[in-house]
Amino acid sequence: MATLPHRPARRGRSPVPARGGPVGPAGPAGPARPGTVRTAERGHALAFWLFTGPFLAGLLVFVYLPIGWSLWLSLFEARSTVTPTEFVGLENYLTMLSDGDFVRSLGTFTVFALFAVPLTFALSLGLALLVHRIRFMRAFFRSAFFLPTACSYVAASLVWKMSIFNGVRFGLANTVLGWLGVDSVAWLASPDPPWYWLVIVTVRLWLQSGFYMILFLAALQNIPRVLYEAAAIDGARPGWQTFRYITLPQLRTTSSAVILLLLIAAYQAFDEFYNLLDKATWGRPPLVYLYNLALGENQDYGLGSAGALLLALLICLVTLLQGRFLGFGRERDA
Amino acid sequence: MPAISSREWDRRDVLRAAGGIAALGALTACGSDTGRGGGGSGRPLKQMYHAYGEPGTQQAAQKFAKAYKDADVSVQWIPGEYEKKLFTALLSSDGPDVFEFHPQIHMAHERQIVPLDDILEGVKDDFNEADIASHTIDGKVYGVRMIDDPQFLYYRKSLLEKAGIEPPDTLDGLIEAAEKLTTDKVKGLYLGQTLQPVQNPLIWSTGAELLTPDNEIAYHTDEVVEALRKLRRLYAGKALLKGAPTEHWDPASFNQGLCAMQWCGMWAMPQILEAHGDDVGIMPWPSSGDPKGRPAVYNGGWSAFVSAKAKDVDAAKAFVKWLWIDQKEFQREWCLDYGFHIPPRRSVAAGAEELKSGLAAEGVELFNTAGIFDNPSWTQSMITTLTDVMANAVRDDADPERELDKADKKIRRDLDKIFG
Repeated sequence: MATLPHRPARRGRSPVPARGGPVGPAGPAGPARPGTVRTAERGHALAFWLFTGPFLAGLLVFVYLPIGWSLWLSLFEARSTVTPTEFVGLENYLTMLSDGDFVRSLGTFTVFALFAVPLTFALSLGLALLVHRIRFMRAFFRSAFFLPTACSYVAASLVWKMSIFNGVRFGLANTVLGWLGVDSVAWLASPDPPWYWLVIVTVRLWLQSGFYMILFLAALQNIPRVLYEAAAIDGARPGWQTFRYITLPQLRTTSSAVILLLLIAAYQAFDEFYNLLDKATWGRPPLVYLYNLALGENQDYGLGSAGALLLALLICLVTLLQGRFLGFGRERDA
Repeated sequence: MPAISSREWDRRDVLRAAGGIAALGALTACGSDTGRGGGGSGRPLKQMYHAYGEPGTQQAAQKFAKAYKDADVSVQWIPGEYEKKLFTALLSSDGPDVFEFHPQIHMAHERQIVPLDDILEGVKDDFNEADIASHTIDGKVYGVRMIDDPQFLYYRKSLLEKAGIEPPDTLDGLIEAAEKLTTDKVKGLYLGQTLQPVQNPLIWSTGAELLTPDNEIAYHTDEVVEALRKLRRLYAGKALLKGAPTEHWDPASFNQGLCAMQWCGMWAMPQILEAHGDDVGIMPWPSSGDPKGRPAVYNGGWSAFVSAKAKDVDAAKAFVKWLWIDQKEFQREWCLDYGFHIPPRRSVAAGAEELKSGLAAEGVELFNTAGIFDNPSWTQSMITTLTDVMANAVRDDADPERELDKADKKIRRDLDKIFG
């Protein structure tokens, strides 16, 4: 991953060593007997298929086949069936595009990404800086912040919904408000005021920041100390100036990888919305909307597939555009 | 951090492959856990229930299954969103053979369920007529009613007395009562998180229906729009309990004193009586107050259906006949020993002593006088569409007229697909 970009390429990267051991001792020493080479090649081929075979098969069966099937379903009237017979052409696509709720769900995702991406980025970078600087118990803090990553989204959502942000007076958040003399708030009941964003964004921050903190931490540890020494000699003040002109530029590759990963994670938002907002029409990202349409109570696989493909198209488009603007992947050669 | 070497990559590949194989193994393991307790004899049959809230029900369902000798019946007990899991399971070839649900026309039209007239032969007269009528689609009866569950408002008599109010008989009265009953510790009224359970009663209470007899939209009237506006007023105020940790079907909020009135079902009555004793009354959803308005009770319930994809449809039917038609003792137990449900069969109801006095008798009275049954033409997707109206026009602040217009469009599309 992009966390090791500045490490000098001592070895690796070149395709030859990656092929495995025999090249080293046998290669330069002299021509090997043809039989051995063929056996070795066959062995490599076997190993190749052994390693990649299951994944290719999985990819085919669980990814490409469903995509193809979706495409087919999207052209049919497919209610409560995945083997439809009534061809309707592009009708499902037109219905989805004229469906205000679907378009609104795309807006929801955008708002969510606007909140969640910068916040998670800032928090995980902040945590990484703190943990990086700390002199004692560094391993403890690293683990403590990373631990929530191992928690399931569903479990965390339920804790947030049932105990921290439940709407009655003995919920944790409402108890705290009670001390301050403020009335209980029904956090998730209504979109006005939109308190539900607070619940959704905080649960995501808690779950994700630790993971991105580790990525930043790895990158921080890779910044050569000499740069800071040189900066100090040149008169750079420690703190903001050093951070702005040394640390941040050195983290650039990691930063763009983190932003990309965060955006993808935001696109995939499902669990916490699904578990926190029951039968709500607000705060409904596209995946939740499509799930309800196709796999939920409506069982309309035709419409659901059409929506899913439209969404896939959109994601491809945004990823391509992002690659253009952020230049992710070009960094390495610079 | 260790340097990247070719040897390391090999090790990673091995780990990855191992992980992949483990994942594949986990996938193939999915679905093999049928919860079958072994024993039994004959063909396997899969029976699916939603998770009932009353303690002891799961064990009872397993006991019934085990007592059946002609097939090896396994019970799948589904907590949480039952409809979604059921619908998805019915698509696969490995779905349940027998399941409980509500009568819905699309399941018959899409040939997901089979008619059960043959096993009901001779006993139809013993069922509540409405229970046969609500399961009749195109002249055939598709399900055997297991339990009837009226839903109504529970209230604490003492709290109403203290506030100096009578049980309200109009929607305005209900809102006013809820406001008067609200203190800093207790909210006036609880209607569930999503308001879905009261969406039909709200419409019925104005005198409107969901659909006309020839399956046209009937819910979109001026009175319904007005009732939605009133409910919005209630929701925006402070009298309604919102964000409670339990849903409307669970009496916990009412029992713990979080609210003075709660919309709940007959099933919860034993638990409620245990918590509050004599201090409980019930009333229907009050009339909207319009000239055609009427009090409304939702007569829900659960029925047994046989999947058209059952490996052996006749064996599945035989099991449904055995359990829900022949075994009257089991039916009595299922209706009365855990929660309270009204037995759909007259011969079983006749012996239901628990329902003949006190609050339970009042529940049966409401079921008979104000109860309205499911309309099989009103499908799950229409239910969801109407729940969206509740979300937008009541929980959010959208204009109910416009929201109903939007719903009309979707529901008309559904009706066109079903009735052409």
